[in-house]
Amino acid sequence: MPINYYIFLSIALFVIGMAGVLTRRNAIIIFMCIELMLNAVNLLMVAFSKMHHLAKATTDATAGTDGQLFVFFIMVVAAAEVSVGLAIIVMMYRNIHSVDVNFLNRLKH
Amino acid sequence: MVVVSKNPVYSVLWLIFTFFCISGHYILLNAQFLFIVNIIVYAGAIMVLFLFVIMLMNLNKSSEPQKNRWLRMAGVLAAGCLLLVLVAALKNIDIKKQVAETNTGDIGLIQNLGKALFNEFVIPFEISSILFLSAMVGAVVVGKKE
Repeated sequence: MPINYYIFLSIALFVIGMAGVLTRRNAIIIFMCIELMLNAVNLLMVAFSKMHHLAKATTDATAGTDGQLFVFFIMVVAAAEVSVGLAIIVMMYRNIHSVDVNFLNRLKH
Repeated sequence: MVVVSKNPVYSVLWLIFTFFCISGHYILLNAQFLFIVNIIVYAGAIMVLFLFVIMLMNLNKSSEPQKNRWLRMAGVLAAGCLLLVLVAALKNIDIKKQVAETNTGDIGLIQNLGKALFNEFVIPFEISSILFLSAMVGAVVVGKKE
Protein backbone atom coordinates (compact mmCIF):
# COMPACT_ATOMS: atom_id res chain seq x y z
CA MET A 1 0.00 0.00 0.00
CA PRO A 2 1.50 3.38 -0.89
CA ILE A 3 2.96 5.27 2.01
CA ASN A 4 1.05 8.49 1.39
CA TYR A 5 -2.23 6.81 2.31
CA TYR A 6 -0.79 6.22 5.75
CA ILE A 7 0.54 9.77 5.89
CA PHE A 8 -2.87 11.24 5.16
CA LEU A 9 -4.64 8.89 7.59
CA SER A 10 -2.22 9.90 10.32
CA ILE A 11 -2.67 13.58 9.52
CA ALA A 12 -6.44 13.16 9.76
CA LEU A 13 -6.22 11.40 13.13
CA PHE A 14 -3.77 13.97 14.46
CA VAL A 15 -5.94 16.89 13.37
CA ILE A 16 -9.04 15.32 14.92
CA GLY A 17 -7.13 14.96 18.19
CA MET A 18 -5.91 18.52 17.99
CA ALA A 19 -9.40 19.86 17.32
CA GLY A 20 -10.57 17.96 20.38
CA VAL A 21 -7.83 19.45 22.54
CA LEU A 22 -8.65 22.94 21.33
CA THR A 23 -12.43 22.78 21.57
CA ARG A 24 -13.37 20.61 24.54
CA ARG A 25 -13.15 21.82 28.11
CA ASN A 26 -13.39 18.48 29.87
CA ALA A 27 -9.95 17.49 31.13
CA ILE A 28 -10.52 13.76 30.59
CA ILE A 29 -11.58 14.27 26.98
CA ILE A 30 -8.56 16.49 26.38
CA PHE A 31 -6.44 13.66 27.73
CA MET A 32 -8.09 11.14 25.43
CA CYS A 33 -7.47 13.41 22.45
CA ILE A 34 -3.79 13.46 23.39
CA GLU A 35 -3.85 9.65 23.32
CA LEU A 36 -5.41 9.83 19.86
CA MET A 37 -2.60 12.07 18.62
CA LEU A 38 0.01 9.69 20.07
CA ASN A 39 -1.62 6.80 18.26
CA ALA A 40 -1.61 8.68 14.97
CA VAL A 41 2.13 9.17 15.31
CA ASN A 42 2.60 5.51 16.23
CA LEU A 43 0.71 4.34 13.17
CA LEU A 44 2.78 6.54 10.88
CA MET A 45 5.97 5.30 12.51
CA VAL A 46 5.06 1.65 11.93
CA ALA A 47 4.22 2.41 8.31
CA PHE A 48 7.56 4.15 7.82
CA SER A 49 9.43 1.27 9.43
CA LYS A 50 7.83 -1.18 7.02
CA MET A 51 8.66 1.13 4.13
CA HIS A 52 12.26 1.33 5.28
CA HIS A 53 12.39 -2.42 5.64
CA LEU A 54 11.22 -2.90 2.10
CA ALA A 55 13.71 -0.36 0.79
CA LYS A 56 16.68 -1.87 2.63
CA ALA A 57 15.65 -5.52 2.66
CA THR A 58 18.41 -6.68 0.33
CA THR A 59 21.30 -5.23 2.31
CA ASP A 60 20.04 -5.35 5.89
CA ALA A 61 17.54 -7.96 6.96
CA THR A 62 16.67 -6.23 10.23
CA ALA A 63 16.13 -2.73 8.86
CA GLY A 64 13.09 -1.15 10.40
CA THR A 65 13.27 -2.96 13.73
CA ASP A 66 14.30 0.26 15.43
CA GLY A 67 11.12 2.03 14.38
CA GLN A 68 8.88 -0.64 15.84
CA LEU A 69 10.85 -0.64 19.08
CA PHE A 70 10.49 3.13 19.27
CA VAL A 71 6.74 2.68 18.93
CA PHE A 72 6.91 0.21 21.80
CA PHE A 73 8.75 2.74 23.96
CA ILE A 74 6.24 5.45 23.03
CA MET A 75 3.47 3.14 24.27
CA VAL A 76 5.38 2.55 27.52
CA VAL A 77 5.82 6.26 28.14
CA ALA A 78 2.17 6.90 27.25
CA ALA A 79 1.05 4.33 29.81
CA ALA A 80 3.15 5.97 32.54
CA GLU A 81 1.86 9.38 31.49
CA VAL A 82 -1.76 8.24 31.69
CA SER A 83 -1.33 6.91 35.21
CA VAL A 84 0.18 10.14 36.50
CA GLY A 85 -2.21 12.35 34.53
CA LEU A 86 -5.31 10.56 35.76
CA ALA A 87 -4.03 10.85 39.33
CA ILE A 88 -3.66 14.59 38.79
CA ILE A 89 -7.19 14.79 37.35
CA VAL A 90 -8.59 12.90 40.34
CA MET A 91 -6.82 15.29 42.70
CA MET A 92 -8.13 18.27 40.75
CA TYR A 93 -11.67 16.90 40.92
CA ARG A 94 -11.29 16.43 44.63
CA ASN A 95 -10.19 20.02 45.10
CA ILE A 96 -12.51 21.96 42.83
CA HIS A 97 -15.28 19.37 42.22
CA SER A 98 -15.11 19.74 38.47
CA VAL A 99 -12.96 18.64 35.60
CA ASP A 100 -13.51 21.82 33.62
CA VAL A 101 -10.17 23.29 32.68
CA ASN A 102 -11.67 26.78 32.63
CA PHE A 103 -11.56 26.79 36.41
CA LEU A 104 -7.84 26.28 36.35
CA ASN A 105 -6.94 29.87 35.59
CA ARG A 106 -5.68 30.70 39.04
CA LEU A 107 -2.14 30.86 37.72
CA LYS A 108 -3.22 34.03 35.94
CA HIS A 109 -3.82 36.06 39.08
CA MET B 1 -16.99 10.75 17.62
CA VAL B 2 -14.41 10.92 20.41
CA VAL B 3 -14.51 14.67 20.17
CA VAL B 4 -18.17 15.44 19.62
CA SER B 5 -19.77 13.06 22.13
CA LYS B 6 -21.39 14.89 25.02
CA ASN B 7 -21.13 11.94 27.36
CA PRO B 8 -17.53 11.05 28.31
CA VAL B 9 -18.36 7.34 28.56
CA TYR B 10 -19.43 7.26 24.91
CA SER B 11 -16.26 9.14 24.11
CA VAL B 12 -14.16 6.45 25.78
CA LEU B 13 -16.02 3.70 23.92
CA TRP B 14 -15.45 5.41 20.57
CA LEU B 15 -11.79 5.79 21.44
CA ILE B 16 -11.59 2.05 22.10
CA PHE B 17 -13.18 1.49 18.68
CA THR B 18 -10.55 3.75 17.11
CA PHE B 19 -7.77 1.86 18.84
CA PHE B 20 -9.10 -1.42 17.50
CA CYS B 21 -9.07 0.06 13.99
CA ILE B 22 -5.46 1.17 14.46
CA SER B 23 -4.62 -2.34 15.68
CA GLY B 24 -6.16 -3.66 12.47
CA HIS B 25 -3.75 -1.48 10.55
CA TYR B 26 -0.87 -2.91 12.57
CA ILE B 27 -1.83 -6.44 11.69
CA LEU B 28 -2.18 -5.44 8.05
CA LEU B 29 1.38 -4.17 8.25
CA ASN B 30 2.38 -7.52 9.79
CA ALA B 31 3.50 -5.90 13.04
CA GLN B 32 2.05 -8.58 15.27
CA PHE B 33 3.89 -7.64 18.44
CA LEU B 34 2.64 -4.07 18.26
CA PHE B 35 -0.86 -5.37 17.53
CA ILE B 36 -0.87 -7.38 20.75
CA VAL B 37 0.70 -4.57 22.76
CA ASN B 38 -1.78 -2.05 21.39
CA ILE B 39 -4.75 -4.25 22.24
CA ILE B 40 -3.50 -5.07 25.73
CA VAL B 41 -2.04 -1.74 26.78
CA TYR B 42 -4.27 0.79 25.05
CA ALA B 43 -7.63 -0.85 24.52
CA GLY B 44 -7.27 -2.85 27.71
CA ALA B 45 -5.41 -1.07 30.45
CA ILE B 46 -5.52 2.61 29.62
CA MET B 47 -9.15 2.68 28.55
CA VAL B 48 -10.25 0.73 31.63
CA LEU B 49 -8.37 3.30 33.70
CA PHE B 50 -10.23 6.11 31.93
CA LEU B 51 -13.57 4.37 32.46
CA PHE B 52 -12.86 3.84 36.14
CA VAL B 53 -11.93 7.48 36.64
CA ILE B 54 -15.05 8.66 34.83
CA MET B 55 -17.28 6.38 36.87
CA LEU B 56 -15.47 7.38 40.05
CA MET B 57 -16.23 11.01 39.38
CA ASN B 58 -19.83 10.27 38.38
CA LEU B 59 -19.48 12.35 35.26
CA ASN B 60 -21.83 10.40 33.06
CA LYS B 61 -24.33 13.18 32.99
CA SER B 62 -23.25 15.83 30.55
CA SER B 63 -22.21 18.54 32.95
CA GLU B 64 -20.12 20.49 30.52
CA PRO B 65 -21.27 24.09 30.35
CA GLN B 66 -21.58 25.69 26.99
CA LYS B 67 -18.52 27.75 26.38
CA ASN B 68 -17.99 30.63 24.08
CA ARG B 69 -18.96 29.69 20.55
CA TRP B 70 -16.25 31.89 19.07
CA LEU B 71 -13.54 30.08 21.00
CA ARG B 72 -14.88 26.74 19.79
CA MET B 73 -14.97 27.97 16.23
CA ALA B 74 -11.44 29.30 16.56
CA GLY B 75 -10.26 25.89 17.74
CA VAL B 76 -11.87 24.11 14.79
CA LEU B 77 -10.47 26.74 12.47
CA ALA B 78 -6.94 26.31 13.82
CA ALA B 79 -7.13 22.54 13.42
CA GLY B 80 -8.47 22.97 9.90
CA CYS B 81 -5.60 25.30 9.07
CA LEU B 82 -3.12 22.70 10.32
CA LEU B 83 -4.82 20.06 8.19
CA LEU B 84 -4.71 22.35 5.16
CA VAL B 85 -1.04 23.18 5.62
CA LEU B 86 0.03 19.57 6.15
CA VAL B 87 -1.97 18.22 3.22
CA ALA B 88 -0.78 21.00 0.94
CA ALA B 89 2.82 20.42 1.97
CA LEU B 90 2.68 16.67 1.49
CA LYS B 91 0.39 16.46 -1.53
CA ASN B 92 2.97 16.75 -4.23
CA ILE B 93 5.81 15.03 -2.45
CA ASP B 94 7.57 12.51 -4.60
CA ILE B 95 7.18 9.34 -2.58
CA LYS B 96 4.41 7.74 -4.51
CA LYS B 97 6.62 4.83 -5.44
CA GLN B 98 7.53 4.15 -1.82
CA VAL B 99 5.34 1.33 -0.67
CA ALA B 100 4.82 0.09 2.86
CA GLU B 101 4.83 -3.65 2.60
CA THR B 102 1.76 -5.42 3.87
CA ASN B 103 1.37 -9.04 4.90
CA THR B 104 5.04 -9.80 4.34
CA GLY B 105 8.29 -9.07 6.12
CA ASP B 106 9.15 -10.55 9.48
CA ILE B 107 10.54 -7.59 11.41
CA GLY B 108 7.28 -7.21 13.28
CA LEU B 109 7.34 -10.68 14.76
CA ILE B 110 8.02 -11.14 18.44
CA GLN B 111 11.19 -13.13 17.82
CA ASN B 112 13.02 -10.44 15.88
CA LEU B 113 11.77 -7.58 18.00
CA GLY B 114 12.73 -9.42 21.17
CA LYS B 115 16.23 -10.06 19.91
CA ALA B 116 16.71 -6.40 19.10
CA LEU B 117 15.05 -5.29 22.33
CA PHE B 118 17.25 -7.34 24.61
CA ASN B 119 20.50 -6.85 22.74
CA GLU B 120 20.91 -3.27 21.62
CA PHE B 121 17.96 -1.67 23.38
CA VAL B 122 18.42 -3.22 26.80
CA ILE B 123 19.51 0.02 28.50
CA PRO B 124 16.39 1.99 27.40
CA PHE B 125 14.31 -1.01 28.43
CA GLU B 126 15.67 -0.92 31.97
CA ILE B 127 15.33 2.86 32.10
CA SER B 128 11.69 2.53 31.09
CA SER B 129 11.15 0.12 33.97
CA ILE B 130 12.53 2.77 36.33
CA LEU B 131 10.21 5.27 34.67
CA PHE B 132 7.28 2.98 35.36
CA LEU B 133 8.27 2.64 38.99
CA SER B 134 8.56 6.40 39.43
CA ALA B 135 5.23 6.94 37.64
CA MET B 136 3.57 4.43 39.95
CA VAL B 137 4.99 6.08 43.06
CA GLY B 138 4.08 9.51 41.70
CA ALA B 139 0.51 8.48 40.98
CA VAL B 140 0.10 7.10 44.49
CA VAL B 141 1.62 10.20 46.08
CA VAL B 142 -0.51 12.57 44.02
CA GLY B 143 -3.67 10.55 44.44
CA LYS B 144 -3.63 9.94 48.15
CA LYS B 145 -5.51 12.17 50.52
CA GLU B 146 -3.29 14.60 52.33
